[in-house]
Amino acid sequence: MDADTIIETVNLTKKYNQYEAVSNLNLKVKEGEIFGFLGPNGAGKTTTLLMLLGLSQPSGGSVKICGLDPLRKAKEVKRIVGYLPENVGFYEDLDAVQSLEYVASLNGIQKNKTEEKINELLELVGLVQDAHKKVGAFSRGMKQRLGIAEVLIKEPSILFLDELTLGLDPEGALRLIDLIHSLNQDKKITVLLCSHNLHQVQRISNRVGIMINGKMVAEGTITSLAKEKFGVGEKEYSLEEIYMEYFQEV
Amino acid sequence: MSGLFAVFKKELCDHFSSYRFVILFALIAMVSFITSYMAGIHMKENLEALAKTRFPFLMLFSSPGALFSMIQFVAFFGPLIGLILGFDSINRERAQGTLVKLVSQPIYRDAVINGKFLAGVATISVLLTSIVLVISGFGLALVGVVPGIEEIWRLLVYLLISIFYISFWLGISILFSIFFKGIATSALASVALWIFLSFFISLGAEVAANAVAPADSQNQTKPEIIVKNMRIKETVSLISPMVLYSKATEIIIDPMRKTTGSIIMMGPMEELLSSRFQNPLTLGQSMIVVFPHMTALIAITLICFAISYLVFLKQEIRT
Repeated sequence: MDADTIIETVNLTKKYNQYEAVSNLNLKVKEGEIFGFLGPNGAGKTTTLLMLLGLSQPSGGSVKICGLDPLRKAKEVKRIVGYLPENVGFYEDLDAVQSLEYVASLNGIQKNKTEEKINELLELVGLVQDAHKKVGAFSRGMKQRLGIAEVLIKEPSILFLDELTLGLDPEGALRLIDLIHSLNQDKKITVLLCSHNLHQVQRISNRVGIMINGKMVAEGTITSLAKEKFGVGEKEYSLEEIYMEYFQEV
Repeated sequence: MSGLFAVFKKELCDHFSSYRFVILFALIAMVSFITSYMAGIHMKENLEALAKTRFPFLMLFSSPGALFSMIQFVAFFGPLIGLILGFDSINRERAQGTLVKLVSQPIYRDAVINGKFLAGVATISVLLTSIVLVISGFGLALVGVVPGIEEIWRLLVYLLISIFYISFWLGISILFSIFFKGIATSALASVALWIFLSFFISLGAEVAANAVAPADSQNQTKPEIIVKNMRIKETVSLISPMVLYSKATEIIIDPMRKTTGSIIMMGPMEELLSSRFQNPLTLGQSMIVVFPHMTALIAITLICFAISYLVFLKQEIRT
Protein backbone atom coordinates (compact mmCIF):
# COMPACT_ATOMS: atom_id res chain seq x y z
CA MET A 1 0.00 0.00 0.00
CA ASP A 2 1.44 3.38 -1.04
CA ALA A 3 1.93 6.01 1.62
CA ASP A 4 -0.77 8.29 0.24
CA THR A 5 -3.27 5.54 -0.60
CA ILE A 6 -6.10 5.63 1.93
CA ILE A 7 -8.49 3.07 0.36
CA GLU A 8 -7.22 -0.02 -1.42
CA THR A 9 -8.99 -3.11 -2.67
CA VAL A 10 -7.26 -6.10 -4.24
CA ASN A 11 -9.37 -8.49 -6.33
CA LEU A 12 -12.36 -7.65 -4.19
CA THR A 13 -15.25 -9.97 -5.06
CA LYS A 14 -18.77 -10.38 -3.74
CA LYS A 15 -21.00 -13.26 -4.78
CA TYR A 16 -24.65 -13.82 -3.92
CA ASN A 17 -25.04 -17.54 -4.72
CA GLN A 18 -24.01 -17.68 -8.40
CA TYR A 19 -24.44 -13.97 -9.05
CA GLU A 20 -21.25 -11.95 -8.90
CA ALA A 21 -22.17 -8.47 -7.67
CA VAL A 22 -18.55 -7.27 -7.53
CA SER A 23 -15.85 -8.98 -9.54
CA ASN A 24 -12.11 -8.69 -8.84
CA LEU A 25 -12.23 -5.00 -8.03
CA ASN A 26 -8.84 -3.29 -7.76
CA LEU A 27 -9.27 0.22 -6.51
CA LYS A 28 -6.93 2.80 -5.04
CA VAL A 29 -8.08 6.11 -3.64
CA LYS A 30 -5.51 8.62 -2.50
CA GLU A 31 -5.71 10.72 0.61
CA GLY A 32 -7.49 14.02 0.14
CA GLU A 33 -9.01 13.29 -3.26
CA ILE A 34 -12.63 13.16 -4.37
CA PHE A 35 -13.21 9.94 -6.23
CA GLY A 36 -16.34 9.71 -8.36
CA PHE A 37 -17.67 6.17 -8.30
CA LEU A 38 -19.96 5.80 -11.31
CA GLY A 39 -22.11 3.11 -12.77
CA PRO A 40 -25.68 2.17 -13.58
CA ASN A 41 -28.10 0.76 -11.00
CA GLY A 42 -27.04 -2.70 -9.86
CA ALA A 43 -23.42 -2.17 -10.95
CA GLY A 44 -22.15 -3.07 -7.46
CA LYS A 45 -21.26 0.38 -6.11
CA THR A 46 -23.24 0.12 -2.88
CA THR A 47 -22.09 -3.45 -2.32
CA THR A 48 -18.51 -2.21 -2.66
CA LEU A 49 -19.14 0.56 -0.13
CA LEU A 50 -20.63 -1.94 2.34
CA MET A 51 -17.56 -4.16 1.95
CA LEU A 52 -15.27 -1.16 2.43
CA LEU A 53 -17.07 -0.46 5.70
CA GLY A 54 -16.92 -4.08 6.85
CA LEU A 55 -20.72 -4.37 6.85
CA SER A 56 -20.67 -7.02 4.15
CA GLN A 57 -18.20 -9.86 4.02
CA PRO A 58 -16.31 -10.16 0.71
CA SER A 59 -16.39 -13.51 -1.06
CA GLY A 60 -12.81 -12.95 -2.14
CA GLY A 61 -9.99 -10.41 -2.21
CA SER A 62 -9.03 -7.88 0.39
CA VAL A 63 -9.80 -4.35 1.56
CA LYS A 64 -7.63 -1.89 3.41
CA ILE A 65 -8.84 1.42 4.81
CA CYS A 66 -5.91 3.46 6.15
CA GLY A 67 -4.07 0.16 6.30
CA LEU A 68 -6.83 -1.46 8.42
CA ASP A 69 -8.91 -4.49 7.50
CA PRO A 70 -12.57 -3.44 7.96
CA LEU A 71 -13.62 -6.95 8.94
CA ARG A 72 -11.03 -7.37 11.67
CA LYS A 73 -10.87 -3.76 12.79
CA ALA A 74 -14.49 -2.83 12.17
CA LYS A 75 -14.78 -0.34 15.01
CA GLU A 76 -11.56 1.48 14.14
CA VAL A 77 -12.52 1.71 10.46
CA LYS A 78 -16.01 2.98 11.27
CA ARG A 79 -14.48 5.59 13.51
CA ILE A 80 -12.61 7.17 10.57
CA VAL A 81 -15.23 6.61 7.87
CA GLY A 82 -18.51 8.47 7.64
CA TYR A 83 -21.12 6.74 5.49
CA LEU A 84 -24.25 8.35 4.11
CA PRO A 85 -26.39 5.67 2.44
CA GLU A 86 -28.62 6.27 -0.58
CA ASN A 87 -31.85 6.07 1.40
CA VAL A 88 -30.67 7.32 4.74
CA GLY A 89 -33.20 6.73 7.48
CA PHE A 90 -34.03 8.90 10.45
CA TYR A 91 -36.01 8.52 13.64
CA GLU A 92 -38.80 10.80 12.57
CA ASP A 93 -40.03 11.52 16.09
CA LEU A 94 -36.70 13.08 17.05
CA ASP A 95 -35.68 16.61 16.17
CA ALA A 96 -32.41 17.51 14.44
CA VAL A 97 -30.56 18.14 17.70
CA GLN A 98 -31.78 14.89 19.26
CA SER A 99 -30.75 12.95 16.13
CA LEU A 100 -27.27 14.43 16.29
CA GLU A 101 -27.06 13.79 20.03
CA TYR A 102 -27.91 10.13 19.47
CA VAL A 103 -25.25 9.75 16.76
CA ALA A 104 -22.76 11.55 19.02
CA SER A 105 -23.51 9.15 21.86
CA LEU A 106 -23.04 6.18 19.51
CA ASN A 107 -19.65 7.64 18.63
CA GLY A 108 -18.73 7.99 22.28
CA ILE A 109 -18.40 11.77 22.07
CA GLN A 110 -18.36 13.36 25.50
CA LYS A 111 -21.51 15.21 26.50
CA ASN A 112 -19.76 18.52 27.19
CA LYS A 113 -18.37 18.58 23.64
CA THR A 114 -21.56 17.45 21.94
CA GLU A 115 -23.54 20.69 22.20
CA GLU A 116 -20.78 22.80 20.72
CA LYS A 117 -20.23 20.34 17.88
CA ILE A 118 -23.92 20.13 17.09
CA ASN A 119 -24.27 23.90 16.86
CA GLU A 120 -21.25 24.06 14.62
CA LEU A 121 -22.57 21.35 12.31
CA LEU A 122 -26.08 22.75 12.13
CA GLU A 123 -24.53 26.04 11.10
CA LEU A 124 -22.40 24.30 8.48
CA VAL A 125 -25.33 22.46 6.86
CA GLY A 126 -27.72 25.37 7.26
CA LEU A 127 -30.20 23.82 9.64
CA VAL A 128 -29.91 26.20 12.60
CA GLN A 129 -33.46 27.49 12.09
CA ASP A 130 -34.82 23.94 12.05
CA ALA A 131 -32.77 22.57 14.92
CA HIS A 132 -35.80 21.74 17.04
CA LYS A 133 -38.12 20.68 14.25
CA LYS A 134 -39.08 16.99 14.07
CA VAL A 135 -37.15 15.17 11.36
CA GLY A 136 -40.45 13.74 10.10
CA ALA A 137 -41.34 17.24 8.93
CA PHE A 138 -38.06 17.72 7.04
CA SER A 139 -37.86 17.86 3.25
CA ARG A 140 -35.57 15.41 1.46
CA GLY A 141 -32.91 18.09 1.03
CA MET A 142 -33.01 18.93 4.73
CA LYS A 143 -32.73 15.26 5.60
CA GLN A 144 -29.69 14.90 3.37
CA ARG A 145 -28.08 17.89 5.05
CA LEU A 146 -28.85 16.44 8.46
CA GLY A 147 -27.37 13.15 7.25
CA ILE A 148 -24.15 14.98 6.36
CA ALA A 149 -24.09 16.60 9.79
CA GLU A 150 -24.50 13.15 11.34
CA VAL A 151 -21.56 11.69 9.45
CA LEU A 152 -19.41 14.73 10.19
CA ILE A 153 -19.98 14.63 13.94
CA LYS A 154 -17.31 11.96 14.36
CA GLU A 155 -14.82 14.10 12.37
CA PRO A 156 -14.13 11.42 9.78
CA SER A 157 -11.13 11.43 7.46
CA ILE A 158 -13.06 9.56 4.75
CA LEU A 159 -16.62 10.06 3.51
CA PHE A 160 -18.64 7.50 1.56
CA LEU A 161 -21.56 9.26 -0.07
CA ASP A 162 -24.09 7.15 -1.92
CA GLU A 163 -26.36 9.10 -4.29
CA LEU A 164 -26.07 12.22 -2.20
CA THR A 165 -28.21 14.43 -4.41
CA LEU A 166 -30.83 11.91 -5.48
CA GLY A 167 -34.29 13.47 -5.58
CA LEU A 168 -33.10 16.97 -4.75
CA ASP A 169 -33.93 20.12 -6.65
CA PRO A 170 -31.00 21.55 -8.70
CA GLU A 171 -30.34 24.37 -6.26
CA GLY A 172 -30.33 22.06 -3.23
CA ALA A 173 -28.13 19.55 -5.03
CA LEU A 174 -25.65 22.25 -5.97
CA ARG A 175 -25.47 23.48 -2.38
CA LEU A 176 -24.69 19.99 -1.16
CA ILE A 177 -22.06 19.38 -3.81
CA ASP A 178 -20.40 22.68 -2.93
CA LEU A 179 -20.51 21.72 0.74
CA ILE A 180 -18.75 18.43 0.02
CA HIS A 181 -16.18 20.24 -2.09
CA SER A 182 -15.47 22.73 0.68
CA LEU A 183 -15.16 19.92 3.25
CA ASN A 184 -12.62 18.26 0.98
CA GLN A 185 -10.70 21.50 0.51
CA ASP A 186 -10.84 22.82 4.08
CA LYS A 187 -10.70 19.67 6.16
CA LYS A 188 -8.84 17.46 3.66
CA ILE A 189 -11.53 14.79 3.87
CA THR A 190 -11.22 12.05 1.27
CA VAL A 191 -14.54 11.52 -0.50
CA LEU A 192 -15.85 8.48 -2.36
CA LEU A 193 -18.87 9.80 -4.19
CA CYS A 194 -21.34 7.40 -5.84
CA SER A 195 -23.67 9.23 -8.14
CA HIS A 196 -25.70 9.06 -11.33
CA ASN A 197 -25.43 12.80 -11.74
CA LEU A 198 -22.35 12.92 -13.93
CA HIS A 199 -22.37 16.69 -14.21
CA GLN A 200 -22.02 17.06 -10.45
CA VAL A 201 -19.31 14.40 -10.26
CA GLN A 202 -17.35 16.13 -13.02
CA ARG A 203 -17.62 19.40 -11.13
CA ILE A 204 -15.81 18.23 -8.01
CA SER A 205 -14.05 14.90 -8.65
CA ASN A 206 -10.29 14.53 -9.04
CA ARG A 207 -10.63 11.03 -10.47
CA VAL A 208 -13.48 8.75 -11.45
CA GLY A 209 -14.07 5.02 -11.75
CA ILE A 210 -16.74 3.50 -13.96
CA MET A 211 -18.20 0.25 -12.75
CA ILE A 212 -20.51 -1.85 -14.90
CA ASN A 213 -21.83 -5.31 -14.03
CA GLY A 214 -19.56 -5.58 -11.01
CA LYS A 215 -16.39 -4.78 -12.96
CA MET A 216 -14.36 -1.60 -12.97
CA VAL A 217 -14.15 -0.82 -16.68
CA ALA A 218 -12.32 2.48 -16.41
CA GLU A 219 -10.46 4.48 -13.80
CA GLY A 220 -8.54 7.74 -13.93
CA THR A 221 -8.90 11.47 -14.34
CA ILE A 222 -11.60 12.68 -16.68
CA THR A 223 -8.94 13.97 -19.11
CA SER A 224 -7.12 10.64 -19.19
CA LEU A 225 -10.35 8.73 -19.79
CA ALA A 226 -11.30 11.11 -22.59
CA LYS A 227 -7.89 10.59 -24.18
CA GLU A 228 -8.28 6.83 -23.88
CA LYS A 229 -11.67 6.84 -25.58
CA PHE A 230 -11.49 9.69 -28.03
CA GLY A 231 -7.78 10.34 -28.46
CA VAL A 232 -6.11 13.74 -28.31
CA GLY A 233 -8.14 16.50 -29.90
CA GLU A 234 -9.34 20.05 -29.61
CA LYS A 235 -12.73 19.14 -28.13
CA GLU A 236 -13.20 18.88 -24.36
CA TYR A 237 -15.40 15.91 -23.61
CA SER A 238 -17.92 15.80 -20.81
CA LEU A 239 -18.00 12.96 -18.30
CA GLU A 240 -21.41 12.02 -19.67
CA GLU A 241 -20.01 11.45 -23.16
CA ILE A 242 -17.13 9.40 -21.78
CA TYR A 243 -19.44 7.37 -19.55
CA MET A 244 -21.84 6.59 -22.39
CA GLU A 245 -18.97 5.48 -24.59
CA TYR A 246 -17.84 2.96 -21.95
CA PHE A 247 -21.38 1.92 -21.20
CA GLN A 248 -22.23 1.20 -24.85
CA GLU A 249 -18.98 -0.71 -25.27
CA VAL A 250 -19.89 -3.11 -22.44
CA MET B 1 -19.84 -0.11 26.00
CA SER B 2 -20.78 3.44 24.97
CA GLY B 3 -22.58 2.04 21.90
CA LEU B 4 -24.54 -0.46 23.96
CA PHE B 5 -25.50 2.18 26.50
CA ALA B 6 -26.55 4.63 23.77
CA VAL B 7 -28.80 2.05 22.07
CA PHE B 8 -30.17 0.93 25.45
CA LYS B 9 -30.99 4.49 26.48
CA LYS B 10 -32.66 5.32 23.17
CA GLU B 11 -34.75 2.14 23.23
CA LEU B 12 -35.79 2.69 26.82
CA CYS B 13 -36.89 6.25 26.01
CA ASP B 14 -38.80 4.94 22.99
CA HIS B 15 -40.59 2.29 25.04
CA PHE B 16 -41.61 4.63 27.82
CA SER B 17 -42.76 7.39 25.50
CA SER B 18 -44.67 5.18 23.08
CA TYR B 19 -48.47 5.08 23.12
CA ARG B 20 -48.17 1.33 22.72
CA PHE B 21 -46.48 1.02 26.10
CA VAL B 22 -48.78 3.48 27.85
CA ILE B 23 -51.89 1.66 26.61
CA LEU B 24 -50.44 -1.74 27.53
CA PHE B 25 -49.39 -0.54 30.97
CA ALA B 26 -52.77 1.03 31.63
CA LEU B 27 -54.56 -2.15 30.54
CA ILE B 28 -52.43 -4.47 32.64
CA ALA B 29 -52.50 -2.16 35.65
CA MET B 30 -56.28 -1.92 35.41
CA VAL B 31 -56.82 -5.68 35.17
CA SER B 32 -54.32 -6.35 37.98
CA PHE B 33 -56.02 -3.74 40.10
CA ILE B 34 -59.45 -5.26 39.53
CA THR B 35 -58.13 -8.77 40.15
CA SER B 36 -56.45 -7.86 43.42
CA TYR B 37 -59.47 -5.80 44.47
CA MET B 38 -61.71 -8.81 43.97
CA ALA B 39 -59.21 -11.00 45.83
CA GLY B 40 -59.05 -8.42 48.63
CA ILE B 41 -62.82 -8.23 48.94
CA HIS B 42 -62.99 -12.01 49.01
CA MET B 43 -60.35 -12.09 51.76
CA LYS B 44 -62.15 -9.41 53.77
CA GLU B 45 -65.38 -11.41 53.66
CA ASN B 46 -63.58 -14.46 54.99
CA LEU B 47 -61.55 -12.80 57.73
CA GLU B 48 -62.00 -15.73 60.09
CA ALA B 49 -60.48 -18.21 57.69
CA LEU B 50 -57.83 -15.65 56.88
CA ALA B 51 -56.75 -15.50 60.50
CA LYS B 52 -55.72 -19.13 60.25
CA THR B 53 -53.68 -18.58 57.13
CA ARG B 54 -49.94 -18.20 57.60
CA PHE B 55 -49.35 -16.04 54.52
CA PRO B 56 -52.50 -13.97 53.90
CA PHE B 57 -50.67 -11.26 51.99
CA LEU B 58 -49.61 -13.62 49.20
CA MET B 59 -53.26 -14.55 48.69
CA LEU B 60 -53.70 -11.18 46.98
CA PHE B 61 -51.66 -12.65 44.12
CA SER B 62 -52.76 -16.26 44.23
CA SER B 63 -56.48 -16.24 45.02
CA PRO B 64 -58.77 -15.77 42.04
CA GLY B 65 -60.97 -12.71 42.06
CA ALA B 66 -63.93 -12.80 39.71
CA LEU B 67 -62.23 -14.74 36.95
CA PHE B 68 -58.56 -15.35 37.59
CA SER B 69 -55.73 -14.64 39.99
CA MET B 70 -52.89 -12.22 39.35
CA ILE B 71 -50.58 -15.20 38.66
CA GLN B 72 -52.96 -16.65 36.09
CA PHE B 73 -53.39 -13.26 34.47
CA VAL B 74 -49.63 -12.76 34.03
CA ALA B 75 -49.27 -16.34 32.79
CA PHE B 76 -51.91 -15.82 30.08
CA PHE B 77 -51.42 -12.22 29.04
CA GLY B 78 -47.89 -11.41 30.24
CA PRO B 79 -46.41 -12.76 26.98
CA LEU B 80 -48.24 -10.00 25.11
CA ILE B 81 -46.03 -7.43 26.86
CA GLY B 82 -42.89 -9.14 25.56
CA LEU B 83 -44.33 -9.60 22.08
CA ILE B 84 -45.53 -6.02 21.79
CA LEU B 85 -42.19 -4.63 22.96
CA GLY B 86 -40.11 -6.60 20.46
CA PHE B 87 -42.02 -7.64 17.36
CA ASP B 88 -40.71 -4.72 15.26
CA SER B 89 -37.40 -3.99 16.95
CA ILE B 90 -35.10 -4.94 14.07
CA ASN B 91 -37.30 -4.96 10.98
CA ARG B 92 -38.59 -1.46 11.69
CA GLU B 93 -35.01 -0.19 11.78
CA ARG B 94 -34.41 -2.01 8.51
CA ALA B 95 -37.58 -0.63 6.90
CA GLN B 96 -36.92 2.98 7.87
CA GLY B 97 -33.26 2.76 6.83
CA THR B 98 -31.81 3.40 10.26
CA LEU B 99 -30.24 -0.03 10.73
CA VAL B 100 -27.46 0.61 8.23
CA LYS B 101 -26.87 3.99 9.84
CA LEU B 102 -26.64 2.37 13.27
CA VAL B 103 -24.21 -0.35 12.27
CA SER B 104 -22.01 2.06 10.33
CA GLN B 105 -21.27 3.87 13.59
CA PRO B 106 -18.17 2.79 15.55
CA ILE B 107 -20.01 0.27 17.69
CA TYR B 108 -19.98 -3.51 17.64
CA ARG B 109 -22.94 -4.92 15.79
CA ASP B 110 -24.08 -6.87 18.85
CA ALA B 111 -24.52 -3.58 20.73
CA VAL B 112 -27.69 -3.06 18.68
CA ILE B 113 -29.37 -6.33 19.63
CA ASN B 114 -28.01 -6.34 23.19
CA GLY B 115 -29.20 -2.78 23.74
CA LYS B 116 -32.66 -3.57 22.39
CA PHE B 117 -33.03 -6.74 24.44
CA LEU B 118 -31.77 -5.15 27.66
CA ALA B 119 -34.04 -2.14 27.18
CA GLY B 120 -36.98 -4.51 26.71
CA VAL B 121 -36.05 -6.44 29.86
CA ALA B 122 -35.68 -3.18 31.80
CA THR B 123 -39.11 -2.04 30.60
CA ILE B 124 -40.67 -5.36 31.59
CA SER B 125 -38.98 -5.16 35.00
CA VAL B 126 -40.23 -1.63 35.63
CA LEU B 127 -43.73 -2.55 34.51
CA LEU B 128 -44.01 -5.69 36.64
CA THR B 129 -42.34 -4.20 39.70
CA SER B 130 -44.61 -1.19 39.68
CA ILE B 131 -47.70 -3.39 39.30
CA VAL B 132 -46.62 -5.67 42.15
CA LEU B 133 -45.91 -2.61 44.31
CA VAL B 134 -49.26 -1.04 43.49
CA ILE B 135 -51.10 -4.28 44.31
CA SER B 136 -49.12 -4.64 47.53
CA GLY B 137 -49.93 -1.10 48.61
CA PHE B 138 -53.52 -1.57 47.64
CA GLY B 139 -53.65 -4.85 49.55
CA LEU B 140 -52.21 -3.20 52.64
CA ALA B 141 -54.91 -0.59 52.56
CA LEU B 142 -57.74 -2.96 51.72
CA VAL B 143 -56.99 -5.99 53.87
CA GLY B 144 -54.81 -4.35 56.49
CA VAL B 145 -52.29 -7.18 56.54
CA VAL B 146 -48.59 -6.33 56.60
CA PRO B 147 -46.37 -8.71 54.63
CA GLY B 148 -43.62 -10.55 56.49
CA ILE B 149 -40.03 -10.92 55.34
CA GLU B 150 -40.73 -14.39 53.94
CA GLU B 151 -43.62 -13.02 51.89
CA ILE B 152 -41.50 -10.16 50.54
CA TRP B 153 -38.79 -12.62 49.48
CA ARG B 154 -41.37 -14.83 47.81
CA LEU B 155 -42.74 -11.82 45.92
CA LEU B 156 -39.23 -10.94 44.77
CA VAL B 157 -38.66 -14.47 43.45
CA TYR B 158 -42.08 -14.36 41.80
CA LEU B 159 -41.11 -11.07 40.18
CA LEU B 160 -37.83 -12.51 38.94
CA ILE B 161 -39.51 -15.57 37.40
CA SER B 162 -42.12 -13.33 35.78
CA ILE B 163 -39.42 -11.11 34.28
CA PHE B 164 -37.68 -14.13 32.78
CA TYR B 165 -40.98 -15.52 31.49
CA ILE B 166 -41.94 -12.31 29.71
CA SER B 167 -38.34 -11.81 28.53
CA PHE B 168 -38.60 -15.19 26.80
CA TRP B 169 -41.46 -13.80 24.73
CA LEU B 170 -39.49 -10.63 24.12
CA GLY B 171 -36.67 -12.80 22.78
CA ILE B 172 -39.09 -14.67 20.53
CA SER B 173 -40.49 -11.45 19.09
CA ILE B 174 -37.01 -10.01 18.52
CA LEU B 175 -36.03 -13.24 16.77
CA PHE B 176 -39.04 -12.95 14.45
CA SER B 177 -38.27 -9.30 13.81
CA ILE B 178 -34.85 -10.43 12.56
CA PHE B 179 -36.23 -13.31 10.48
CA PHE B 180 -39.12 -11.49 8.84
CA LYS B 181 -38.78 -8.30 6.84
CA GLY B 182 -42.45 -7.37 7.21
CA ILE B 183 -43.49 -5.91 10.55
CA ALA B 184 -46.99 -7.36 10.23
CA THR B 185 -45.54 -10.80 9.45
CA SER B 186 -43.34 -10.83 12.52
CA ALA B 187 -46.23 -9.65 14.71
CA LEU B 188 -48.48 -12.35 13.32
CA ALA B 189 -45.85 -15.06 13.70
CA SER B 190 -45.20 -14.04 17.31
CA VAL B 191 -48.88 -14.09 18.21
CA ALA B 192 -49.37 -17.42 16.42
CA LEU B 193 -46.54 -18.99 18.42
CA TRP B 194 -47.95 -17.54 21.64
CA ILE B 195 -51.38 -19.03 20.91
CA PHE B 196 -49.84 -22.36 19.96
CA LEU B 197 -47.55 -22.67 22.98
CA SER B 198 -50.02 -21.29 25.49
CA PHE B 199 -53.30 -22.84 24.40
CA PHE B 200 -52.81 -25.65 21.93
CA ILE B 201 -50.06 -27.50 23.77
CA SER B 202 -52.51 -28.53 26.50
CA LEU B 203 -54.85 -29.94 23.83
CA GLY B 204 -51.92 -31.69 22.19
CA ALA B 205 -50.88 -33.11 25.57
CA GLU B 206 -54.37 -34.52 26.05
CA VAL B 207 -54.37 -36.08 22.60
CA ALA B 208 -50.90 -37.57 23.11
CA ALA B 209 -51.79 -38.94 26.54
CA ASN B 210 -55.03 -40.50 25.30
CA ALA B 211 -53.26 -42.01 22.32
CA VAL B 212 -50.56 -43.68 24.44
CA ALA B 213 -52.61 -44.51 27.55
CA PRO B 214 -56.34 -44.13 26.88
CA ALA B 215 -58.17 -43.27 30.09
CA ASP B 216 -61.90 -43.45 29.59
CA SER B 217 -63.96 -41.65 32.22
CA GLN B 218 -67.09 -43.66 31.32
CA ASN B 219 -65.53 -47.08 31.77
CA GLN B 220 -63.40 -48.16 34.64
CA THR B 221 -59.79 -47.70 33.77
CA LYS B 222 -56.91 -49.24 35.67
CA PRO B 223 -55.24 -46.82 38.10
CA GLU B 224 -51.86 -47.42 36.43
CA ILE B 225 -53.29 -46.33 33.10
CA ILE B 226 -54.74 -43.16 34.66
CA VAL B 227 -51.39 -42.36 36.27
CA LYS B 228 -49.59 -43.01 32.97
CA ASN B 229 -52.10 -40.83 31.15
CA MET B 230 -51.62 -38.01 33.67
CA ARG B 231 -47.84 -38.34 33.54
CA ILE B 232 -47.76 -38.08 29.74
CA LYS B 233 -50.13 -35.13 29.85
CA GLU B 234 -48.03 -33.30 32.41
CA THR B 235 -44.76 -34.06 30.61
CA VAL B 236 -46.01 -32.93 27.19
CA SER B 237 -47.61 -29.80 28.62
CA LEU B 238 -44.22 -28.77 30.05
CA ILE B 239 -43.26 -27.78 26.47
CA SER B 240 -45.43 -24.73 27.08
CA PRO B 241 -43.58 -21.87 28.81
CA MET B 242 -46.92 -20.88 30.29
CA VAL B 243 -47.19 -24.21 32.11
CA LEU B 244 -43.59 -23.94 33.33
CA TYR B 245 -44.26 -20.45 34.60
CA SER B 246 -47.61 -21.26 36.20
CA LYS B 247 -46.25 -24.27 38.06
CA ALA B 248 -43.16 -22.38 39.24
CA THR B 249 -45.04 -19.32 40.47
CA GLU B 250 -47.90 -21.24 42.10
CA ILE B 251 -45.41 -23.04 44.32
CA ILE B 252 -43.45 -19.87 45.09
CA ILE B 253 -46.50 -17.79 45.96
CA ASP B 254 -48.32 -20.53 47.87
CA PRO B 255 -46.05 -22.05 50.58
CA MET B 256 -48.70 -24.65 51.42
CA ARG B 257 -48.30 -26.27 48.01
CA LYS B 258 -45.65 -28.93 48.11
CA THR B 259 -45.67 -30.42 44.65
CA THR B 260 -46.13 -29.31 41.07
CA GLY B 261 -47.87 -32.57 40.17
CA SER B 262 -51.46 -33.57 40.85
CA ILE B 263 -52.52 -35.62 43.89
CA ILE B 264 -53.08 -38.69 41.71
CA MET B 265 -49.43 -38.53 40.67
CA MET B 266 -48.13 -38.58 44.25
CA GLY B 267 -46.17 -41.62 45.27
CA PRO B 268 -46.98 -43.36 48.61
CA MET B 269 -44.06 -41.69 50.43
CA GLU B 270 -45.01 -38.30 49.10
CA GLU B 271 -48.62 -38.81 50.21
CA LEU B 272 -47.45 -39.90 53.66
CA LEU B 273 -45.17 -36.88 53.99
CA SER B 274 -47.79 -34.39 52.96
CA SER B 275 -50.35 -35.86 55.38
CA ARG B 276 -47.88 -35.93 58.28
CA PHE B 277 -46.30 -32.51 57.77
CA GLN B 278 -48.88 -29.77 57.49
CA ASN B 279 -46.42 -26.90 57.88
CA PRO B 280 -45.76 -24.62 54.93
CA LEU B 281 -42.55 -24.96 52.96
CA THR B 282 -39.76 -22.48 53.46
CA LEU B 283 -38.80 -20.37 50.47
CA GLY B 284 -35.69 -22.48 49.92
CA GLN B 285 -37.76 -25.67 49.89
CA SER B 286 -40.30 -24.16 47.50
CA MET B 287 -37.46 -23.13 45.20
CA ILE B 288 -36.06 -26.67 45.25
CA VAL B 289 -39.49 -28.03 44.24
CA VAL B 290 -39.66 -25.71 41.20
CA PHE B 291 -35.95 -25.62 40.46
CA PRO B 292 -36.36 -27.60 37.19
CA HIS B 293 -39.13 -25.28 36.04
CA MET B 294 -37.18 -22.14 36.90
CA THR B 295 -34.03 -23.47 35.24
CA ALA B 296 -35.98 -24.42 32.12
CA LEU B 297 -37.56 -20.96 31.93
CA ILE B 298 -34.21 -19.20 32.29
CA ALA B 299 -32.62 -21.59 29.79
CA ILE B 300 -35.25 -21.11 27.06
CA THR B 301 -35.02 -17.32 27.52
CA LEU B 302 -31.25 -17.37 27.10
CA ILE B 303 -31.36 -19.85 24.20
CA CYS B 304 -33.93 -17.74 22.41
CA PHE B 305 -31.83 -14.61 22.82
CA ALA B 306 -28.68 -16.47 21.77
CA ILE B 307 -30.36 -17.57 18.52
CA SER B 308 -31.48 -13.98 17.83
CA TYR B 309 -27.97 -12.78 18.55
CA LEU B 310 -26.32 -15.25 16.18
CA VAL B 311 -28.82 -14.74 13.36
CA PHE B 312 -28.48 -10.96 13.62
CA LEU B 313 -24.69 -11.05 13.59
CA LYS B 314 -24.61 -13.41 10.61
CA GLN B 315 -27.17 -11.46 8.60
CA GLU B 316 -25.97 -9.48 5.60
CA ILE B 317 -26.57 -5.74 5.88
CA ARG B 318 -28.23 -4.35 2.75
CA THR B 319 -29.36 -0.80 2.13
